[in-house]
Amino acid sequence: MSEVILNQLEKVYPNGFKAVHGIDLDVRDGEFMVLIGPSGCSKSTTLRMVAGLESISGGEVRIGGRIVNNLPPYERGIAMVFQNYALYPHMKVHKNLSFGLRLARQPKDQIQDSVDYVSGILQIEELLDRLPKQLSGGQAQRVAVGRALIKKPEVFLFDEPLSNLDAKLRASMRIRITELHRQIKKEGLSSTVIYVTHDQTEAMTMGDRICVLRDGHIMQVDTPTRLYDYPSNAFVAGFLGSPEMNLKPASLVKHEGKPALRAGGFVLELPEEKQKCLENQAEGPVTLGIRPPFIDLADDDAEGPTVEGTIKFVEFMGHEVFIYFDLDGEEYAAVNRIENRARLLSLKGGERARFRFNMRRAHVFDKKTEQNLTLSNHV
Amino acid sequence: MRSIEQTAASAQAMAEVRKTERRQKINAVVRYVILAAVGFAMIYPLLWLIGASFKTNHEIFTEIGFIPMHPTLDGYIEGWKTSTEYTFGRFFINTFIILIPKVLATAFSSTLVAYGFARFDFPGKKILFSILIATLLLPNVVTRIPQYILFRELGWLDSYLPLWVPQMFAVDAFFVFMLIQFLRGIPRDMEEAAMIDGCKPFQVLLYIVIPMLKPAIISVCLFQFMWSMNDFLGPLIYISSVEKYPIALALKMSISATESFEWNRILSMTVLALTPSLAVFFLAQKYFIEGISTTGLKG
Repeated sequence: MSEVILNQLEKVYPNGFKAVHGIDLDVRDGEFMVLIGPSGCSKSTTLRMVAGLESISGGEVRIGGRIVNNLPPYERGIAMVFQNYALYPHMKVHKNLSFGLRLARQPKDQIQDSVDYVSGILQIEELLDRLPKQLSGGQAQRVAVGRALIKKPEVFLFDEPLSNLDAKLRASMRIRITELHRQIKKEGLSSTVIYVTHDQTEAMTMGDRICVLRDGHIMQVDTPTRLYDYPSNAFVAGFLGSPEMNLKPASLVKHEGKPALRAGGFVLELPEEKQKCLENQAEGPVTLGIRPPFIDLADDDAEGPTVEGTIKFVEFMGHEVFIYFDLDGEEYAAVNRIENRARLLSLKGGERARFRFNMRRAHVFDKKTEQNLTLSNHV
Repeated sequence: MRSIEQTAASAQAMAEVRKTERRQKINAVVRYVILAAVGFAMIYPLLWLIGASFKTNHEIFTEIGFIPMHPTLDGYIEGWKTSTEYTFGRFFINTFIILIPKVLATAFSSTLVAYGFARFDFPGKKILFSILIATLLLPNVVTRIPQYILFRELGWLDSYLPLWVPQMFAVDAFFVFMLIQFLRGIPRDMEEAAMIDGCKPFQVLLYIVIPMLKPAIISVCLFQFMWSMNDFLGPLIYISSVEKYPIALALKMSISATESFEWNRILSMTVLALTPSLAVFFLAQKYFIEGISTTGLKG
């Protein structure tokens, strides 16, 4: 078993700055956990504390049931892949891969077997006799992953491993790492992964679960789809998803005796389950959250509740169209599929148009605490 | 019409090109003549030294040019014998006996101290580092007398110990500073990766840091080699018996030993004394330049 448990983990720097505020996180055995957050949210610091490269100021880290707070990195059963690869520049790829095993004084033939195995998986056999400076970014990255893999660690730690690669290579390495994780899992080896990134595409596509961090606090831990559909607070809602969720001031009002939202002079009725959540909330200012795909341009003769806004500009993206419109001083974004092409393309800045909000997919956040008030039914 | 115009235009363009080429050529000639003249002026003393070492003593004082009219190896043969009971070979050996442990000790101790300062946090680090850098500004002469007294109390006079032992404690702040600057330019990730791979701090130094520091360490060795080769004051103060003299002292000795001394012998031996430094410098030039250019220290 190689689960990683962070228990009230804290990091305080000597200058008194508190970077990590007692976080609790449970990474299950074999799980691919992504730590994500804006820069400065201490995601790397947290990872480095698990690795043993950063001292722990409070709380504990358990790997596979052992408390590892005071163990040096090599006794923690971890392997790490660094952002800039950190290959040893004076050693050939072969030596880079086997360095750890040679330090552990493994027999030579066993080391050779391991090198063959790893270089086979990562398709780096032809690179074994090269020096790191003779490798391209993608190749160096694969060697770096190989150096982690060869140790057969209990836990793999990745510190923004793809951020030095170009977009195309990043996409293919993303798939490669995910596949590798599955393969190792299938072979019955320890395959717990903690992966730090600031790229939400990586987080959404690779993670079994995602942990969203902000200023050293955990905002939410959940699967990618649940994070997208049911963000527990406005920060997570705005951080994940592209284009970003519209988070706009609105007020909670009673409409025909039931909770509803008022935004820009329009009353937006809520579906029943959301009404239930908001029944006991006091009327007053809240934050309305709705993702751009859930706002549709409505036909002029459309029936049912719509709002009317002023088009600011329209971006044609090929398979979809981004519409930015103004609703009583607040700018909203809407993404519409191209089905209604002629109509969408004829939209001009300054024109009035009607939009329908899909309130089933909308969220209401508390103005102060930023907590999602419409969540209790889903949890 | 058009073709005539075109020909005229192209002829004009050709003339313009030729003019530019001529101007560039003249420029280049002027530049190189000046450079060569200045370069020659700089290297002239060295050429004269080499030339004079093949002259007779008489010719040195009568001829101006540096090419010997009647070349002779007399200076080398007689100079090698010296006026003492030892040959010059003895002094060469002495020099290397002083030099090799000194260079090794410097490289070892400076690397260790630089690694400590660059990579570890310990109480008082800032103050200690300031003191280290402050010693760079301290004139050597100031410490000569206390040092002499110290080594006299230890009974180390007339031995090589006063020349060797201080180097084992990274006394040359310049080298430590140079290595620290070099280390600061190397990201720590490699060392962290090595720690995860199972290295203890000393193994990190041995397997990762030293190989990466190689150009800088070679520069340190070269500097120390050349400085020690030319060091006159150190041996002069501590070494008193002739059998232990290094080259620098031996050369001086041959000047003062006799009243009318043979300049050609002295010059011949000076040429020999210069060769190791020059040879080592040219052999290791590549690393030397790499070492000092990446530390941000020039010269």
